[in-house]
Order: sequence, then structure tokens, then C-alpha cells
Amino acid sequence: MDQTISQLLANRTPVDAARGWPRYRIDSETWSAIGQALGAGQGDLVALWGDRESVHMALRERGLAPCIVSIPVTGGIFPSVGRHHLPAIRPERALRDLHGHAPHDEPDDRPWLDHGAWGVTAPLGATEPALLRDPADYRFLPVEGRGLHQIPVGPVHAGIIEPGHFRFTANGETVVRLEERLGYVHKGIDGLLAGADLGKAARVMARISGDSTVAYSFAFAQAVECALGIEAPPRAQVLRGVMAEVERIANHFGDIGAICNDASFALAFAYCGMFREMLLQATDRAFGHRLMMDCIVPGGMANDVSQDAASALMITLDGLLPRFAEIAALYDETPSLQDRTCTTGIVHRDLVTQWAAGGYVGRASGRDFDVRRDAPYRPYIGLPFAVPVLAQGDVDARVRIRIAEIEESAKLIKTLILTLPDGPVSAELPQGSETLEGTGYVEGFRGDILVWVRLRDGRVEAAHARDPSWFQWPLLEAAIENNIVADFPLCNKSFNCTYSGHDL
Amino acid sequence: MRTLLLRSLFSAPVTVAAPKADDVALAQVGAELEARARRLFGRSITIREVDAGSCNACELEIHALNNAVYDVERFGIRFAASPRHADVLLVTGPVTKNMKVALERTYAATPDPKWVVAVGDCACGGGVFAESYAVVGSVDKVLPVDLHIRGCPPRPLDLLKGLVALMDKASEKRSVPPSR
Repeated sequence: MDQTISQLLANRTPVDAARGWPRYRIDSETWSAIGQALGAGQGDLVALWGDRESVHMALRERGLAPCIVSIPVTGGIFPSVGRHHLPAIRPERALRDLHGHAPHDEPDDRPWLDHGAWGVTAPLGATEPALLRDPADYRFLPVEGRGLHQIPVGPVHAGIIEPGHFRFTANGETVVRLEERLGYVHKGIDGLLAGADLGKAARVMARISGDSTVAYSFAFAQAVECALGIEAPPRAQVLRGVMAEVERIANHFGDIGAICNDASFALAFAYCGMFREMLLQATDRAFGHRLMMDCIVPGGMANDVSQDAASALMITLDGLLPRFAEIAALYDETPSLQDRTCTTGIVHRDLVTQWAAGGYVGRASGRDFDVRRDAPYRPYIGLPFAVPVLAQGDVDARVRIRIAEIEESAKLIKTLILTLPDGPVSAELPQGSETLEGTGYVEGFRGDILVWVRLRDGRVEAAHARDPSWFQWPLLEAAIENNIVADFPLCNKSFNCTYSGHDL
Repeated sequence: MRTLLLRSLFSAPVTVAAPKADDVALAQVGAELEARARRLFGRSITIREVDAGSCNACELEIHALNNAVYDVERFGIRFAASPRHADVLLVTGPVTKNMKVALERTYAATPDPKWVVAVGDCACGGGVFAESYAVVGSVDKVLPVDLHIRGCPPRPLDLLKGLVALMDKASEKRSVPPSR
């Protein structure tokens, strides 16, 4: 392996249908070479998924534009990327469960999404009936040593949160290993999207992860518009930006409060919960839905927003920000709280780089990446905003990134609303029978969300959505190592990964 | 912090802020709910929330019930960490096949008398996921459901209204003379 990824892909022509990120059909040798190049740190794995006949990988060579590569699956196998580049392991396990394509020489052959409850194997591939398995029948990694004990947690958790299983191995109070087992909320989203009309697909996309409903609808609309070669009208683009930033602030309010609550600092929790509620009531009045679900559709927006409602939203935000600043100052001035958050759950920079972890998880550990700035899309093109980055990588840093982002997002919302152009909010979608592919790539509150679609006859032929959590969940296992069990809620909340967006 | 605490002490609670339409409804819903809860359970009912495959939007709104604006605990309703302490299971999601066993076990772990509330369009009928290979479809295919609260997701106020309706149902159940 001495060629760079761009050398490996030089002189190749992308497939005709690809209107977004170029997609190259390559052979197994090149696929493996790219896997090794990723493993050697040449670039980021962005997504890895499959369909009936092939396997696709979206990647970005350091400093270059992203692309997609595909190989046909022959004899039911394809060369494992995970054996060279660890972040590919879970996507490969998921792919095998769903499509039946086996990664050759993979480092981990355990199922991931398939808990033996579907009654079939490979539901999206060469499906065959299968016997039901006991859901507890799963090989956790072996642990040996004096004084070790295990704490199984979940899938039903103590709080009002999503289901997943955490297997802690602890020595006294100290966690020596956390192993996650996910997949409990697998809903078969790739299967539901295949063959769906655009309206139905948009509704499914809006429900991949409810807290990021705007971001997913935004990314899906972008992907469809990219494939069809159209753009949403300027007014719709600005409104999308407003909604995306409101969603970011609302979630950050919730997270900051919840992190403080996990350190038993109820005051900040109460205030942040109130701020979030007031913001959601304002979005409800402006957009007709508290979480702004189904508001963004391919071509534009489902409904227009009155100037009064948009101004009211801005006034609400203007009222909340100084009050939030007091809470942020309180966070700063409370040593007993920082005693819990500082140096807790550290993720090292090399890990966030290797995993290409997006959002506050990456930015709190020195990975300076934000799709809005680094792969800009409308309405962010040309807008000034800062991307906060810290180096400590602990719970405290992830809180501080959020605090700084709230301020930046609020400025963005103001700029956007003040420059809201008049005009229509949706564009006609051209009809056609061609096969077209598009990509949507947006910065959700949690990080970079990729949506890839292939359209045919005006319907979705195939689609895949990759949540940032795919590359954050594994880092939570690293973050908790050598911390005490009691600090897990803090670490977990500071990541706030989505189960639904990951399990698909 | 001292200033903040002092100000909180002397400012009106956000919960009973200037009466807009929503706040009026909230106050009414609250009074009704409290009377029924007291008759049935002394002063409280305890809820265990189970996500059986939701997209997490329902969880966000259930969470909101606990914020200072809705403050559900003032009605005697609280959320418990274990089904062993619960009177009511609040179930969301289209019941993924991967969560079916966990949901059944949670129900089995809840002491009688117990009620099941299906929250959200997915829990009530599978929602947009209904035809997937990976979901059972709706909560009532797995557990006896006493109440459905629709919405995608239901607003916190709808959740509160739903809990009032549950109290109605529960008192009917209780007013039937025991057969043994």
C-alpha cells in the first residue's frame, strides 16, 4: 500500500447517475487498498452500507472532497474494511445482518442489529427463514482478572431514554471495560425507504431520530434536490437554516440541563428545561410543530411562515439568551459541579480523528470540523459564524462546546431572519424516469448527517442515512474507561448519542 | 448563584404564568387529574416509561412533562426507574421485534393493578413503520392497552389530558365489584 486514495481513484469516471458526491465502481483490490489507506490515517470513513448486489463506502481523503466507492458482492463476500480501519467494524456487522453480505476476514463476526427476533436472516437480501433466538444469547467479549465484576444495564434503562444494553466490567468502582450492545430499536428503515414515494420517504426520514428531525429532513431534501438538479427557493433555504439552528439550541439546552442534573445540580436542569420549553412553544407557534417535524420537504417547505411568527421566534430567543448566560455563568462558578465534569470521560484526539467523530464529541477533543463551514451548503454559504473547538476532550469540554454553539446559533438565527427573502417556499419537482443519485450532508446538533438516495421514476429506489452516532458510540466505550461507574450517566449524557438513528 | 436563588424565591412560578389558552387548559387538566389520582391511589401514581422502538421524539415530550412549565409531579404523577415501582407503563414506539421480549418482561415485572398507555402514533398503530419486517406494529399486539394517546409526537398537554382519561378508565375498572 503506497498509493494515496486519490491516486487509487485517478482516471476513473464516476457513474453517470451520481449528481452529488461522485461514485466510483471499483474492484476488490482497490477497495482493500482504500481500506488500508483509511487505516493508515489518510482519510475519514463517512459511511459504509449495502444493497442487494453491492457494498458502498463514503469517504473523504484528508483535505479533499468526499466521494463514494462501490464494489459488487461476489459469492456473498466482500473484503473487510474493518480489519484495516476499526470504525468500519460496526457498519460491516450491520450490513451483514441486513443484506447477508459477509465481510471477508473481518475482525468481529458477531451479529449487530440481528438479535434473532426477525424470524428471517438478511431481511434486505436473500432472505431465509430463521429460528427465533433468545435475545440474551450474545457473546460479550471475555473478561478475566481478579476482583472483576460485571454490571449489565438495559435494554430498558432507568431514565426516560431509548433502549440499549451496556455491559460494564468494573474493579471496585472503576470501570475497566464498557461494551455496548445496540440494535434494539432497529425499525428496518433502509427497507422502508426502498421503493417509497418521496412523500412517504420524507416522513420516514423525519423519524430516524426525533431529536434531529429537522436535520434529517434537511439532508434528505438536499439529497433529492441534488439528484433532481433543482434548488429550493431562497426563502425556503433561509427558513431551513433557522429551523436547523433552533433545533440545535433546543437540544443543547436539554443536554446541558441533563448533564448538570446527572451531577445532581437541579437548578441548572430546571432552568434549561424551561428555556427549552419556551423555545419549543415559540417554534410551535411559528411552524405548527414543537419539534418542526415534516416541515422541510423535498423542493422546499411544507408551509410558509409569517413574518410575525418569525419575529416572535427571534424575540423569544432574545429573551432567553441573557437568562441562559446566567446559567452558563453559574456553571462556570460552581466548583462542586465542575469537580464532576472536569477530567471526566476524556476522549483522546487520536481517537476522534480515527473515528472521524462529528459534532461536540469531535470538537471537544480538538477535531475542528463542521459541515456548515467545511462543506458549506445553503443558507450557510458566506455567513460568518465561529466553530468552537477545545482540546480537553472531557465532559466539561463537551458542555462548553454546547454553550458556545448556542451563542453562535442564536446569532445565525438572527441574521437569517433579518435577511429572510420574500417569495415562494417550494419548487416543483421535475418528473422523469431516469435513475439519479444525490447526496445530502448537513450538520445536525449531534454532528454530520449523510443521506444518500437513488431515485428512479420519481420514487426512492434505494437510500441510506448515516447518523453521527455511528462514530461516537464506540468512543463512549473509550471515554468511560478508568472512570467510576457513577460517572457513566455524565459521560453518556455528554455524548447523547441516538439509539434510533444508529439502529435504523 | 445567590442572586439567582433569591430571584427565584420572589418571582412568580413559571407554571402559573399569565393565562393564555394553553395555560388555562393546563390548569383545568391538572385539577381534574389530581382529584382522581387522590381517590385511586391516595395521592400519587407512578409511571415507568418504556421505549419500544420510538424515534425518541415521544421521549422528548414525555420528558417535558417534568419541566417547570408542566411540572407533572404537582398532580401526584411521578416517573420511576423500575417497573417494580410502577402503576402505569407508558409505552412508545412501533414495538420493534428486538424490543418485544424486553417489553413483555417489563410488563411482567410490574405489580398489579397496572395500566398500559400506548403513547404516540407508532405505539397506537405502528405509524410510518407499520409495514416493516422489523416491527410488531402496535403495543396492543403485545400487551393489553388501557389507553391510546395519539400524536406524532403527542404534545405534553395531550399527554396530560390522556392521563386524565386513564384515571376515568381506571376508576371504572375499580368500581366493578370483585367477582371473587
